[in-house]
Amino acid sequence: MLKIDGLKVSYGGIEAVKGITFEVPERKIVTLIGANGAGKSTTLRTIAGLVKPAKGRIHLQGEDITGLSPDRIVAKGVTLVPEGRHVFPDLTVLENLKIGAYLRKDDLSHDLNWVYELFPRLKERSWQAAGTLSGGEQQMLAVGRALMSRPKIIMMDEPSLGLAPIVVKGIFDIIKEINRMGVTVLLIEQNANMALRIADIGYVLETGTITMTGPGKQLLADPAIKAAYLGT
Amino acid sequence: MDMKKKKLAKLLITAAGLIALYALCIWMDQAITATSKLYMLITVVRKSAVYALVAVSMNLLNGFTGLFSLGQAGFMLIGAYTYAVFSIPSESISSVYQYYDAAINFSFQELINGIFGLEAMAAPGMIIGALIAILLAGVVAAFFAWLIGLPVLRLKSDYLAIATLGFAEIIKAIFQWQKFGPITNGSNVLRGYTRLSDFTFNIGGTQVSFATFVPVFVASICILIIVLLINSSYGRAFKAIREDEIAAEAMGVRLFKHKQMAFSISCFFAGVGGALLAMFMNTIQATQFKSSMTYEILLIVVLGGLGSVTGSCIASFLFIACSEWWLRGLDSGKFLGIESSLFRSGFRLVVFSVIIMVVVLFFRKGLMGQKELPDLFKKRKKAPKAAQAEGGAAK
Repeated sequence: MLKIDGLKVSYGGIEAVKGITFEVPERKIVTLIGANGAGKSTTLRTIAGLVKPAKGRIHLQGEDITGLSPDRIVAKGVTLVPEGRHVFPDLTVLENLKIGAYLRKDDLSHDLNWVYELFPRLKERSWQAAGTLSGGEQQMLAVGRALMSRPKIIMMDEPSLGLAPIVVKGIFDIIKEINRMGVTVLLIEQNANMALRIADIGYVLETGTITMTGPGKQLLADPAIKAAYLGT
Repeated sequence: MDMKKKKLAKLLITAAGLIALYALCIWMDQAITATSKLYMLITVVRKSAVYALVAVSMNLLNGFTGLFSLGQAGFMLIGAYTYAVFSIPSESISSVYQYYDAAINFSFQELINGIFGLEAMAAPGMIIGALIAILLAGVVAAFFAWLIGLPVLRLKSDYLAIATLGFAEIIKAIFQWQKFGPITNGSNVLRGYTRLSDFTFNIGGTQVSFATFVPVFVASICILIIVLLINSSYGRAFKAIREDEIAAEAMGVRLFKHKQMAFSISCFFAGVGGALLAMFMNTIQATQFKSSMTYEILLIVVLGGLGSVTGSCIASFLFIACSEWWLRGLDSGKFLGIESSLFRSGFRLVVFSVIIMVVVLFFRKGLMGQKELPDLFKKRKKAPKAAQAEGGAAK
């Protein structure tokens, strides 16, 4: 579904991503794992159109989307849940969700109900300012907001960041649920253990290049990965 | 259904409030004569209507879109000049443009009356002509805002403020330039155009004045349009940009396009405000549109609450009333019946500064914060104690 081919990205002379190639098949959960500074976030930001690549191509369902503006990429069905949630703190939960559907002109009520079903907490809090939600609820809101654009593929940047283990588990259950409903998921995580457990395919990113790939369960059992990322 | 009923109720209350306000204005115009002690009230209402409009337009930019712009006086100047230039009747042009050959020697007012075969300054053409000139004032200001926005809106926060302030000064200088004299009358005053006091009509044998109604009416309609815009999906996008540019962009909000739009719309209404100010002041001159005018408006916006439309309106009335009326005695020797040698020219500003400091100390987010007037009467929906405790921990 999403094909990344020889992607190179540099920030002011520093090459953050040094030519990576990977694929996200339809209806699968794919995860990129790697340490800080491996280039995971940059990769997602480039796919979303927030950063322009220096080299390489990005194809969505056979269509070249390299270098398109973020709004056109969102319109094509690719959304990003940014790292650190980035909800709009002074807007209500409902307003946050509506911004997620900003490019859509059709009726939102169906998708709004869907998001509220996935996250009953958000329904209870729909009139509350997003800044007053707890960290876990904000993460739910960020995911719900991204879903409001009715994406074909949802990219999540560190959804477990700064959350308690029990909350993280809830978020990962939701990710699986979303995937079951037919949305392709591209997930990047430092919590490699959790990510690989739910991933169909995992890629290991090290200082801007992919060093290993395989099904999630297989990577989870790999001794090198265990030593480097799982701390066991 | 419930939502629809609520919306209808809101609409009815707004309409009733506006009609009451208009009736009050018309009544004031007839009841309060120039010799009355309350005459100052009329001046304050007229001027504060104009300032409220400009403050709300600035709030749209600074409070709702998060763009810190200080160019308001410049765009008011464009609006005021556009209005004046196109409203000076041909017979008084030679006396206004004493040192130049006027390039624009017609007025909309005359044109309209000419179409209907009425005399040059008859009422229908004057009203429609003035409205067209006001509209054009907004359009011209918005056009210049669009041009200036191309380079300037790529800047952020303080840099944006400095750049817009600079452009406002440049506009002021250009309008005084000799070469543009045939249009702007150089650095000389423009006068003779349709003023507020011209809106006095002979209805059934009595003279009825609409001099307060006109600015209040135009300003309230414009503010209503801004409120509708803020509550639309565009308004939501503006607020999203204010809150978090990265997230807004990731959601598909085109940052530059929306900033450009907010800037142009805000300046459109600043231009309309400038036109109303010209009508209020009877004569205009480019030097009157100093940067201190922008600061006054910024002060109103901040005192009322960044992100509150009703806050801007209330603060505008209080600010104008204090500076023009209530504190006047502090400058002229007698205040609240007390006479003191301390009360002499300039003391008013001292007291005014103290009041502002006190307000800012006790109302950190302005009088209204981000709330609107109706919010104050609403009961809080649910007292979300648990949520507050959790939210506190998260933030």
